Amino acid sequence: MTPPDIILKAEDIHKSFGSVEVLKGISLAARNHDVISILGSSGSGKSTFLRCLNFLETPTSGKVTVHGEEILVKNGKPQNARHIEAIRARLGMVFQQFNLWTHRTVLENVMEGPIQVKGEPKAEARSKAEAFLKRVGLEERMHMYPSQLSGGQQQRVAIARALAMEPDAILFDEPTSALDPELVGEVLKVMQDLAAEGRTMIVVTHEMGFAREVSSEVVFLHEGRIAEQGPPGEMFTNPKTEEFRRFIAKAM
Amino acid sequence: MFELFSYGDAGWGDEILRGLAITVQLAIVTLPVGLFLGFLAAAASMSRLLPLRLLGFGYTTVMRGLPEILTLFVVYNGAGLLINAVLQWWAPEAAPTDFSPFAAGVVALGMVFGAFAAEVLRGAFQSLDSGQAEAGRAIGMTERQIFLRIRLPQVWRFALPGLGNLWINMLKDTALVSVIALDDLMRMTKVAVGVTKQPFTFYLLACLIYWAMCVLSELVLGQMERRANRGIRRA
Amino acid sequence: MNPLEILAQYWPRLLDGTLMTIKLTLLGALIAALVSPAFALIRVHASPMAQAPLRLYVSFMRGTPILAQLFLIYYGSGQFRPLLQDWGLWTFFRDPFNCALLAFALNSTAYQTEILRGGILGVARGEIEAAKAIGMSRFTALRRVVFPHAYRIAWPALGNEVILLMKASALASVVTVFDVMGRTRQVFSKTFDFSVYLWAALIYLCITAVFVLLWRQAERRLSRHIGARHQAPATVQPLKETRA
Ligand SMILES: Nc1ncnc2c1ncn2[C@@H]1O[C@H](COP(=O)(O)OP(=O)(O)OP(=O)(O)O)[C@@H](O)[C@H]1O
Ligand SMILES: [Mg+2]
Repeated sequence: MTPPDIILKAEDIHKSFGSVEVLKGISLAARNHDVISILGSSGSGKSTFLRCLNFLETPTSGKVTVHGEEILVKNGKPQNARHIEAIRARLGMVFQQFNLWTHRTVLENVMEGPIQVKGEPKAEARSKAEAFLKRVGLEERMHMYPSQLSGGQQQRVAIARALAMEPDAILFDEPTSALDPELVGEVLKVMQDLAAEGRTMIVVTHEMGFAREVSSEVVFLHEGRIAEQGPPGEMFTNPKTEEFRRFIAKAM
Repeated sequence: MFELFSYGDAGWGDEILRGLAITVQLAIVTLPVGLFLGFLAAAASMSRLLPLRLLGFGYTTVMRGLPEILTLFVVYNGAGLLINAVLQWWAPEAAPTDFSPFAAGVVALGMVFGAFAAEVLRGAFQSLDSGQAEAGRAIGMTERQIFLRIRLPQVWRFALPGLGNLWINMLKDTALVSVIALDDLMRMTKVAVGVTKQPFTFYLLACLIYWAMCVLSELVLGQMERRANRGIRRA
Repeated sequence: MNPLEILAQYWPRLLDGTLMTIKLTLLGALIAALVSPAFALIRVHASPMAQAPLRLYVSFMRGTPILAQLFLIYYGSGQFRPLLQDWGLWTFFRDPFNCALLAFALNSTAYQTEILRGGILGVARGEIEAAKAIGMSRFTALRRVVFPHAYRIAWPALGNEVILLMKASALASVVTVFDVMGRTRQVFSKTFDFSVYLWAALIYLCITAVFVLLWRQAERRLSRHIGARHQAPATVQPLKETRA
């Protein structure tokens, strides 16, 4: 039984592509209001792990529990696959490349999930969508198409789209890596506000400042394993492993 | 049932093979005619002279917009009328003659092929790298040399896939000449059907023969494309 | 007779033929449009073994003359007359219109399947992932994300396919359907006046022109979201693509 305030739990996640094992048994639990930053050098398996949490990749084995819904995977086969969609609806996701639906307006992008997945009435979805767009500072652009927005604006829409599902937790996969440097700030600002509101977030990032200042916990992946894990203050001032020491030396 | 397809008096194998020979002949004779018309029309539509451009545009647009069978009838009946009109005027006592269905087929299919080929060729010329022509000019080649030695050999590579499609379409379109009584594969099949009363069997056989020719063409064309692209790396 | 007299005398027949051509083309294209999305999905997602029959079908339809396909259905069905009579299908196959429609629908299904397959393959993977990530069912993701994009991508090629089908529909005249071509041949065999062919040509060109305009209008609506910055080149170029 999971303690009531644990929102998301991953246990012993393994993932292989062909014969290459990319994740070698990763476990992680997020409690309510946690902001977990996942760090690691390129190819260490950060994105793969994040995508295993909402089954965009199916783990080779392991168990994911979200809000009491549990999916056990053995030999690459999820045991109760019909819960996958329910789990996804409870976990928001923000992608590196935004992945907005380009054929729908900003407002339609944000309303889509509540209407199509949660079956909310249109009027309700709309007023909520407008509120979330206002939160990310884009209420004036809601009738535009994604192609008419800057990258930073698109990513803020993507965050509003995730928020509109009223998820238990939001997964971010390098949300600022595809942005021009001058646009990174506006997105980080929104994420910081969300953290301050008490949202539960799991963030794969290369932004050391964010990991250090905003997150409650830092996880460092190295070659498919958690090499080091803990509160950011401690980890950054006093890295225990040689790998993490080298990683921060290079990143700073 | 196989004796139906056997060679000789008892079976229809020889008739159908003769029809096939006509079909293949027609396609092979049409190809150069169509390519020639295609080059002419492409040249016209890329010309500096407006009237020529309009002519090229008109020809390609009209020919591509008309059903092939209509073109065939227009050529067959129209040319027949024209020949007889000329004949009347030239030698009033001569008996009226017919335009041969084979010739009508070559002209009509060639005109259709030419119109589509013009578009393919124009596209191919436009996708040529203009820097190479410049380089030719820079070493003092004449425009004629540039065309013959640099542009023409490369156009082939860009045009080949499109022209290959056109060849396959034309091969299939040859079936239309059966309607104007040329004894091609399709018509010989019809004759066989008339006698044997086995329409499904024989039309299926005809389909399979056309299919085999198309698949064979595709294989050969694929081989040619590979050869044409030697030395060029895919992006 | 001069061309205008021919028109004055025979325009009702030509008009009748025009309506028949349009009916045959649109019905054939529509039937194909109803079947092809499912086929296209199979072509994209099914295992190679499961796809084999479909690929064979597509290859056959693309590798044989439509005229031969039409004869195979119209005359070929005669070989199975007793069987078809038993099943109550003979009245269907006896009617040349039905056979022509069936042949064109089967043929266009093959082409539309391949065109739509290309469209589906062109949909940005990220947008499909976003649909999954938000919890959409497979069907909802297809309906709301994949197919809207796939149709937009495939739209110009689908337009070309309809035009090619319209041209092919003239073959129905060979099995005595009275479309534009059928009426034209009928009038010609009566009058031996060549100008009726020119009127027929004009009718076909007009149908194509009107269709191209309507199709482009629709394309503009489908592409609203492609902002000025990402302006796609004007795409319906009638008949630029050829089928093979
Ligand atoms: N679909 C796939 N098929 C095969 N290998 C894959 C696939 N996806 C990821 N990999 C491999 O898995 C490893 C981990 O990839 P992953 O994307 O999780 O790394 P990452 O830590 O997110 O790196 P980055 O910082 O570059 O995003 C890499 O070696 C990658 O090549
Ligand atoms: Mg990554």
